[in-house]
Amino acid sequence: MATWTWFHKLSSPPHFYRIAGKMIPWYAIPAAILIVLGIYGGLFSAPADYQQGEAFRIIYVHAPAAWLSLMCYTTMAVAAAVGLIWRIKLAHALAAATAPIGASFALLCLATGSLWGRPMWGTWWEWDARLTSQLILFFLYLGYMALRSAYDDLTRADRASAVLAIVGVVNVPIIHFSVNWWNSLHQGSTVIRKGGPAMPPSMLIPLLMCFAGFTLLYAALACVRVRAEVLQRERNATWLKELGAG
Amino acid sequence: MDAFLSMGGYGRFVWPSYALAAAVLAWNIWSALRLQRNALEHARRRVAIARGDADRQAL
Amino acid sequence: MSEVTTSLSQAAWLVLERDLKLAFRRWEQVTHPVVFFLMVASLFPLALSPEPSQLRNIAACVVWVGALLSSLLALESLYRADQDDGTLEQLTLSGQPLSVLLFAKTLAHWLLSGIPLVVAAPFVAISMGATAEAFGVLMTSVALGTGVLSFLGSVGAALTLGSRRGSVLLSLLVLPLALPVLIFGARATDLAMHGESAAGPLWLLSAVLILTVTLAPWASAAAVRISLE
Repeated sequence: MATWTWFHKLSSPPHFYRIAGKMIPWYAIPAAILIVLGIYGGLFSAPADYQQGEAFRIIYVHAPAAWLSLMCYTTMAVAAAVGLIWRIKLAHALAAATAPIGASFALLCLATGSLWGRPMWGTWWEWDARLTSQLILFFLYLGYMALRSAYDDLTRADRASAVLAIVGVVNVPIIHFSVNWWNSLHQGSTVIRKGGPAMPPSMLIPLLMCFAGFTLLYAALACVRVRAEVLQRERNATWLKELGAG
Repeated sequence: MDAFLSMGGYGRFVWPSYALAAAVLAWNIWSALRLQRNALEHARRRVAIARGDADRQAL
Repeated sequence: MSEVTTSLSQAAWLVLERDLKLAFRRWEQVTHPVVFFLMVASLFPLALSPEPSQLRNIAACVVWVGALLSSLLALESLYRADQDDGTLEQLTLSGQPLSVLLFAKTLAHWLLSGIPLVVAAPFVAISMGATAEAFGVLMTSVALGTGVLSFLGSVGAALTLGSRRGSVLLSLLVLPLALPVLIFGARATDLAMHGESAAGPLWLLSAVLILTVTLAPWASAAAVRISLE
């Protein structure tokens, strides 16, 4: 089982620390290039939308933020489950590191959604199905982080929050369905129309660049944060010495 | 240039969105680096304590 | 040493019986959430207006928000006393599957906190101008909904057992997860009050209940074990 030993080796903190340290520039530099190019393309080379005019340019930060907030929640729950089942501390560290990143992007998605909604709907907040789901996702993040911070003991915080993350991720599709169902009954306006095959390449390519850039940025941020978690959790000082931390 | 900044009248919605995005990205980078700095500081102190113990034992 | 063997169903029954008996001795634990529910419901006419047409529009919302808040309030008592006197620890050591024992405990909690709300809901609905035709759907939906809330809440209550902050944290964890119940329950009530068929949301509510009852006891058992470690 070569993959299994590789997995075990990677999940050992010193090994992970080194590998992740080497990976950070490989994530961060392409992320920076893609985000800059994507935003540039979105602001300058993409034509104005025929329906929404220039306001649609908010999509280049709104949609990647929405994607990242959902991806972070899934990552967090999978990592939490791995940590809970196989008792891998590194997975718990990843879950803990992911939550604040996901929460910040959920908030960004809400704020930009509201800014986009103002000219389109005429109100700062519309109880649109997507925005409402996003708001609830944000609340789920807050609950997760609140539970973590309520425990002094790190192991218990890890395991209790892991159970919550798993319960949460099982619930997310149900919440999403119920909100859509509720919204369809009350005829919410859906002016914000995302993506779709109708988008010409000059609009779509910068958007895809932003998606890729944000995702890579998450990978870089997660590496930095998990490395910090690993250092903070490590009880054995010998490898810290070997690292040349002194 | 003015036409670009006004974004067809939507400038006051588009630019704050981008500013917020920049703020969130900056916060993420800043907080990750701060965590790393704190953790390294922590590790350095721990190593120093371990060294101190070893020195005392050697004496 | 003689060994007393208890079957799983007997053990679960004993847990249920014990919780019901204890509740009849501490009656206020059952009555306080209902009183709270009635009080919350009476806030709405005072804050809005005594106009019957306006009240009728928000009747379903009042019943459901009130039921949600009051069952959150009742959750606090689910494990707290048992943790303090060591009963919970004994349950984990009993050798019986903890998830089944916690299922029995949660069922007892639903009987003690959900059923009183089911009984109280029509009174609130009447005061908001509902007619008797809607009572069947109203009581069914409240019964199903409080069931989901009890089982979801049992996970939340178990997770916050070992933490420093109790009740506010519990609400933060459970409220977002409870939203589907609020949406389906309020919709069913609203449809029934307007004389339409509420079968759709009732079925959806039942589906959520079945899913929650099946999965939540395992999560609660894991959470109780973590909290007691």
